[in-house]
Amino acid sequence: MAEILQLVIAGLATGAIYALAAIGFTLLWQTSQTINFAQGEFVMLPAFFALVAMNWFGWPFWLSCLVAILVSVLLLGMVFKVIVVDPMLKQGVLPLVISTIALGLLLREGAKDFYSAEAQPFPYIFPDRQVSVLGVQLSLSQIGVLLIALAVIAALQLFLSRTRTGRQMQATAQNPTVARILGVPVERMILYTFIINAALAAMASLLISPIYLAKFSNGEHLGLAAFVAAIVGGFNQVRGAIAGGLLVGVIDNLAAAYVSTGYRQSVPLILLVLFILFRPQGLLGRREERAV
Amino acid sequence: MSRSALRWSLGLVLLGLVLVFVPVNLTDYGLPYPGLKRYGTYIMTLWLVTAVAAMGVNLIVGYSGQETLAQAAFLGIGAYTTALLTKAGIPFGLAFAASGLLAFVVGILLGIPALRVQKHYLAFVTLAFAVMAWLVFRNEQWLTGGVMGLSGIKRPVVFGINTRPFLTFYWFVLAVTAILTFCMWWMLRSPWGRAFTALRENPVRAESLGIDVRLYKLLTFAIGSAYGGFAGALYAPLVEFIDPSPFALSQSFLYLLMVVVGGAGSFLGPFVGAAIAVLLPEWLRFTETYYLLIYAFLVMLLMAFCPGGIVALVLRLKAALLPKAGKVQP
Repeated sequence: MAEILQLVIAGLATGAIYALAAIGFTLLWQTSQTINFAQGEFVMLPAFFALVAMNWFGWPFWLSCLVAILVSVLLLGMVFKVIVVDPMLKQGVLPLVISTIALGLLLREGAKDFYSAEAQPFPYIFPDRQVSVLGVQLSLSQIGVLLIALAVIAALQLFLSRTRTGRQMQATAQNPTVARILGVPVERMILYTFIINAALAAMASLLISPIYLAKFSNGEHLGLAAFVAAIVGGFNQVRGAIAGGLLVGVIDNLAAAYVSTGYRQSVPLILLVLFILFRPQGLLGRREERAV
Repeated sequence: MSRSALRWSLGLVLLGLVLVFVPVNLTDYGLPYPGLKRYGTYIMTLWLVTAVAAMGVNLIVGYSGQETLAQAAFLGIGAYTTALLTKAGIPFGLAFAASGLLAFVVGILLGIPALRVQKHYLAFVTLAFAVMAWLVFRNEQWLTGGVMGLSGIKRPVVFGINTRPFLTFYWFVLAVTAILTFCMWWMLRSPWGRAFTALRENPVRAESLGIDVRLYKLLTFAIGSAYGGFAGALYAPLVEFIDPSPFALSQSFLYLLMVVVGGAGSFLGPFVGAAIAVLLPEWLRFTETYYLLIYAFLVMLLMAFCPGGIVALVLRLKAALLPKAGKVQP
């Protein structure tokens, strides 16, 4: 029992990180119909920004993390929107999908060629110590990760529901045309979405890299986890992405313990297929109506 | 025969002759053309095999407006089926048919749940399937040999001719590709095929005109996947050794990229895209590890400026350089 509880808590920690990536993915989809196939790479890369700041420039860890978030917001948020997405939107969905796939390839190969092909150790933000609570071994680091991720999510929810800008962003996501008529600066709201996505991806990157090590090929697993979390949660819901992320994290960790190593990767994917078969609108999603 | 039909058939015959004789050393016949060596012929054969798989992707992506991220997995299904069956002594023809059929059936099974729901779900289902298929190829050692792979795959004997020599095998693959290309062309020209295009342009309207959208999408996906299976059946005897790596998810992404790079929805697109995907690594060999980086960058540029791919780019250049080309010829 204690063992299962430990696995569930570890799963919630990684799941909260997946949720960060999945929320960004969902937000981009809602506001600009962008399916970002480079989302996994967006989570892989910021850790390398921090590593560059630490190892090439010799900056302290906290400053490097800050720099990594800022550079991500700039490159993976603004530059991504202006250079990759904007010119593509009028071309339709497929060219944009292809372009994000190519971007993922570019980022992966870039990290490999310009930094290293080897997995890089990444410092823990919290001390990697174990404490025993009622006979259950808990890792301080995991609890810290879980708390930070949940705090970020709560802050985002507050921002989206309580501030004027947040409500305008929601309006943009739900119906850009009506939002525009009501005087919402839709273009700026879409830009904010990209910035938030990049910041969330950077947070996820800094939190996950101590656990998985920073490696150029991490994007495939992280991207899959984010897709599965977003779809399982309900493609069009921020709350859904959180639930989906936590669920995928827990299932991923239980699978790592109880399913043969060869097939552990397939467990979240089976979950995805089951959801598409039996509950395509996801855990918390609503059915989408089709437009002519 | 009308003039344009005459021009078309002349062009086809010429193209066929070029493709048949490209690898042949013509110096013995008094022509100053040395032909291609073993490696060059191998690359040409690989191009044809890749083009068959890409034709399938083009049917799915270009003609019915869906996204598949599992073509490499279907290639794997075909390659392992053919390798295992021919090693068990079953003739190549049957193994080839079984490869395509198995890919078709798996395509139907995947398509049924995915196409019930939203537009992009096929992409996610095929993504999941591509990873799972790769896990099976890697883990089921008793069947697929795991990471050690399967070796000693024999090239077939066709009508008493052993295709073991590389030139003979090239001609064999060329013939099969020609047949599959003709089937695709015939299918797309049939009324049944023309419905695909209607479907891509406006699915809701197509449905209101009495086209069973879901059935069509399902069949295009399954047929496109079957082309992946056929390509795999040709790939196994080409390389004579298969392991899971060419069937990984990243390879499926590359198949989708090459079709859009060539020109999705254009009949020649997959051939152009496959040529780029197979030849570019050879041309960019001097860049060593930076090849994929450059390729990805070029793809993004192409998508930004000419999303119709290279075929559309060539047509646009032709229109710009020869503005009166259409008017000069009567």
